[in-house]
Amino acid sequence: MYEHLETAENRDSLKRVVVDPVSRVEGHGKVTLLLDADNKVQQARLHIVEFRGFERFIQGRPYWELPVLVQRLCGICPVSHHLAAAKAIDQLVGIDPENLPVSADKLRRLLHFGQVLQSHALHFFHLSSPDLLFGFESDISKRSIVAVLSEYPEIGVQGVKLRKYGQEVIRMVSGKRIHGTGAIAGGMNKSLTKAERDYLLEDIDQMITWAEGSVALIKKVHCSNLPYYDDFATIRTNYLGLTKPDGALELYHGGIRAKNEHGETIMDHIDYCKYNDYIHEEVRSWTYMKFPYLLSLGQEQGWYRVGPLARVNNCDYIDTPLAEAARVEFKAHSGEAMVHSTLAFHWTRLIEVLHCAESIKQLLNDPDIMGSDLVAQGEKRYEGVGVIEAPRGTLFHHYQVDENDIVTKANLIVSTTSNNMAMNESVRQVAAEYLSGRELTEPLLNNLEVAIRAYDPCLSCATHAVGKMPLQLELVDAEGNLIDKLVKHSDGQIERNNA
Amino acid sequence: MSKTITIDGKVIPFEDGQTIMDAAMAAGVYIPHLCHQPEFTPHGSCKLCTVKVNGRNCSACTYPAMDGQEVLNETQELIDDRKRITQMLFVEGNHLCPGCEKTGNCQLQAVAYHLNMLDNHFPAFYPEREVDASHPEVMIDHNRCIFCTLCVRASHEKDGKDVFAISGRGIHKHLIVNAESGLLKDTDMAATDHAAHICPTGAILIKRTGYQVPIGERIYDHKEIDQVSLATEHLKHGE
Ligand code: SF4
Ligand code: FES
Repeated sequence: MYEHLETAENRDSLKRVVVDPVSRVEGHGKVTLLLDADNKVQQARLHIVEFRGFERFIQGRPYWELPVLVQRLCGICPVSHHLAAAKAIDQLVGIDPENLPVSADKLRRLLHFGQVLQSHALHFFHLSSPDLLFGFESDISKRSIVAVLSEYPEIGVQGVKLRKYGQEVIRMVSGKRIHGTGAIAGGMNKSLTKAERDYLLEDIDQMITWAEGSVALIKKVHCSNLPYYDDFATIRTNYLGLTKPDGALELYHGGIRAKNEHGETIMDHIDYCKYNDYIHEEVRSWTYMKFPYLLSLGQEQGWYRVGPLARVNNCDYIDTPLAEAARVEFKAHSGEAMVHSTLAFHWTRLIEVLHCAESIKQLLNDPDIMGSDLVAQGEKRYEGVGVIEAPRGTLFHHYQVDENDIVTKANLIVSTTSNNMAMNESVRQVAAEYLSGRELTEPLLNNLEVAIRAYDPCLSCATHAVGKMPLQLELVDAEGNLIDKLVKHSDGQIERNNA
Repeated sequence: MSKTITIDGKVIPFEDGQTIMDAAMAAGVYIPHLCHQPEFTPHGSCKLCTVKVNGRNCSACTYPAMDGQEVLNETQELIDDRKRITQMLFVEGNHLCPGCEKTGNCQLQAVAYHLNMLDNHFPAFYPEREVDASHPEVMIDHNRCIFCTLCVRASHEKDGKDVFAISGRGIHKHLIVNAESGLLKDTDMAATDHAAHICPTGAILIKRTGYQVPIGERIYDHKEIDQVSLATEHLKHGE
């Protein structure tokens, strides 16, 4: 269960850290803080190297490989890539979402709910909950899963089981817990047998109860120190995501909706195949990661946040009763049209866990998931766009193929890229608050970790246990001189490296 | 009184004209192989079927059975050799099982599992090889060709065509098609040809069919290659 805490595994990676300084730096998240002439943090730069070469990797391959190939792009939410690619290649065989066989559509939704459930459960219970339960300033030794397990035994176990349940849903639909198959162009390669369906039904009520409990817990934690939770790393932003035609929360398929910080609609029900007309990606010299923004608002104003906070903020309601009640409470707590608290990502993540559990139950009780009409086919097309709400936010896959079915062009916007600007801003916020003078400190480092983690970015550094996110922090003055450097390794050890 | 050989001590009858492979398969004894299929003339190129006959290494698929031969098959030494040969096949091409549509149905992969091959052992060559997707129905991914010549033989012997040939030697060896353009679309290949369905790896594929068989229903999901091979091929050997 606790793969990432296995001592043996850790020991191996530690060894590598010692012998190979290059891999050590690459595995680290890197943050540069740029000061102005008054020693105030003017800009924060989160350097991300992971998303290079996607496109090259895919070009030249036949399109039907895409849903399986792209699962390997990101070890963290393979099913989301699988489904986004499948939605795109549906179009290459002439199938639009409304023409997908009903059973295939429902099976994909079931698969996706399983993925979001397991991903969110992993993030909250394994990575974030110690922080939230014990407070960020608490003793480092307490900030570990072990501590949660001993002091809140039921929560730890429930988190593990919720995640496991999500993985079982994935396994039943796609054949494997990770890197299964399932979705193919125009449909699915299998449906559920009655035995598989019954197996999943067995535990679903328990999962719903636990998910409800986790929402109650996070609400308690959040409201126990409202000023702190509402203000930490908080930025007022636009929000973007898919919604259903009637404005309900949607994870698998819908139109693009964007709202501004006041909750006013910037755009709604946009056909995602035309995303290029609305979203552009800015390139900056210091990072490979692009900065997407809404064309209508421009580069300065047009950046936005995606993910659970964006989705729960953006939607008019949630179509499962318990999650809807949780959403209403969540919205009410701030008294504002939109909740901007960055730590509220955690709260909304758990509201979605509840929604997933409720939705899984609905689907399991729907005979269509055992149907046999699974694949449809139409006229060949040369371009396809698939967009999905991945656990971390809106995920875009866009492909072009030639007459031989070979991919000639690919463009992907992953959720973490959409949150790029926001993460940099949140980091700047926290730095501005916790940096005093010209020296980097350990509390600053820890708080930066908490801010980055709230977004649940799909970065390898973010998969380490809490307090052990390998992070390299640099302070650069107005003249461009490196004046301080602090490195935290994946064993939690801190190393100062004065310039 | 029929003639016999022994394989790992087991007495096995054979008829004149049979190879050691034929006799073994007919008797339900599995000898690992990749370039051999009972319906085609043996080629003896992959060397996976190497056995020891009276102390000497021989390819079971080409070596005739002779009365009184003592054949060793499942010795640790031979198993280790076969594993090395399989590892070489892997590193010489680009066999990236996780993304390959043949996974679960691939003989190369299944043999590797059977031999308990856990890594590549040798450094990968990462050769630059192409995909020929020019044909409307059939695709060649040269990255996965192991030069077993089964497609060459199938096209010639069964389909009455000569779509494929092997050209070059050693590291320059490659599969070519019989067309001036070098493209499959300019040959007389048809998706119904035997040659389109014979490839033991994922090098020759029927387009747009990948991943249609769900995990759990693929050939090697629940059975090892020896079981599958004996169940599907041994009758043909007995013919
Ligand atoms: S394409 Fe397949 S059948 Fe033909 S030689 Fe290569 S591996 Fe053998
Ligand atoms: S099977 Fe005998 S050499 Fe390949």
